Amino acid sequence: MYTQALNAKDASAGTRPEDTARLAVFQSTVDAEDKIEPNDWMPDGYRKTLIRQISQHAHSEVIGMQPEGNWITRAPSLRRKAALLAKIQDEAGHGLYLYAAAETLGVSRDELYEQLLSGKAKYSSIFNYPTPTWADIGIIGWLVDGAAIMNQIPLCRCSYGPYARAMIRVCKEESFHQRQGYEIMLTLCRGTPEQKAMAQDALNRWWWPVLMMFGPSDKDSMHSADSTRWKIKRFSNDDLRQKFVDATVPQGQFLGLTFPDPDLRLDEESGHWHYGEIDWSEFKRVVAGDGPMNKQRMAHRRQTEADGAWVREAAMAHAEKRRQRAAAARIAAE
Amino acid sequence: MTDKTPMPLWEVFIRARSGLPHKHCGSVHAPDATMAVQAARDVYTRRGESVSIWVVPSAAIIASDPNEKDQLFEPTSTKAYRHPTFYDIPDEVGHM
Ligand SMILES: [Fe+2]
Ligand SMILES: [Fe+2]
Ligand SMILES: [Fe+2]
Repeated sequence: MYTQALNAKDASAGTRPEDTARLAVFQSTVDAEDKIEPNDWMPDGYRKTLIRQISQHAHSEVIGMQPEGNWITRAPSLRRKAALLAKIQDEAGHGLYLYAAAETLGVSRDELYEQLLSGKAKYSSIFNYPTPTWADIGIIGWLVDGAAIMNQIPLCRCSYGPYARAMIRVCKEESFHQRQGYEIMLTLCRGTPEQKAMAQDALNRWWWPVLMMFGPSDKDSMHSADSTRWKIKRFSNDDLRQKFVDATVPQGQFLGLTFPDPDLRLDEESGHWHYGEIDWSEFKRVVAGDGPMNKQRMAHRRQTEADGAWVREAAMAHAEKRRQRAAAARIAAE
Repeated sequence: MTDKTPMPLWEVFIRARSGLPHKHCGSVHAPDATMAVQAARDVYTRRGESVSIWVVPSAAIIASDPNEKDQLFEPTSTKAYRHPTFYDIPDEVGHM
């Protein structure tokens, strides 16, 4: 999902003997569905996994503003423009909630941000695809945010309190994102033949990359055991992907669109939609940095960061000047 | 980033309606209190979630030690007689 790169194996954290008792308390808290809070003792591996997962999620929200930002000035009406602006502002907010949650684990936002800018930290592969048409904005809301919701609803019950609380806020807002996207698709599909063709073209381009958002297939996924025991992850990648396909196919059919998968069929017995094989080589390529837009996304992020530096510096200098003046006035008054 | 001075961290509390207490909702980074309030408004109250915001420098918060949770709160766990249900009142008396 937004944290696909987590599916790489990481050196397993050794447990010190003196931690055994604390580990037992920690695990029983988790097993009882109680929350772990920032100052509670936690195993190193739990802390590391959360920092990586939450920061990758935050980076994805931040980079995810770019494909949609591409259309703010070209939205087809004032209503659409206002909605798109509000949605993108929400994504910035999601990034901030998540950085704040990560910081409770003892890492600074600046450090995390540095990892994004240096390319050390990953973000979701989905934001490395281009948005050449207005229908792409509909698709992002309907499918990309839709997939994100599927992944994030179980995270609202994650064992780490600050992450769970951030996800509750995020999920409330995502529903607006998905509905506005679907409404764009509906309008296009009920429009002219050219508009409908634009909607179909967008679905053709995005469907497979969206399915990849859920991460590698369970048989190739590394991190699940710890994350499951710690109640960070509650459903496997393939389970979430299946849920998403089952929920989404009927919505696409309602639009009168077809999915670019000749193997897609309803399995009468299980009630699930069976889908074809995902091209994992494409997934690996895009996660590794070689997707259609990786270079541009990172270049844009770094440029924005550099362009904004003087604003942050000026704000800090102004605050410092006011602090000094206030201190001087206090001394003069004494 | 050219400036490495970290921006101060502020804890944010919002009051959803008058009559309710301010409740912690997260944190923001900002150079000063005025900008912290503005950032908190933009980050945490985009949908009318709030009629009032408090920001407090995170470093100013004094918290109890979670490792001493048991000693700190133990005294109340053995005092069931502080709860109304500890007392038996005959049904005939009615609601009390
Ligand atoms: Fe988001
Ligand atoms: Fe998102
Ligand atoms: Fe969203």
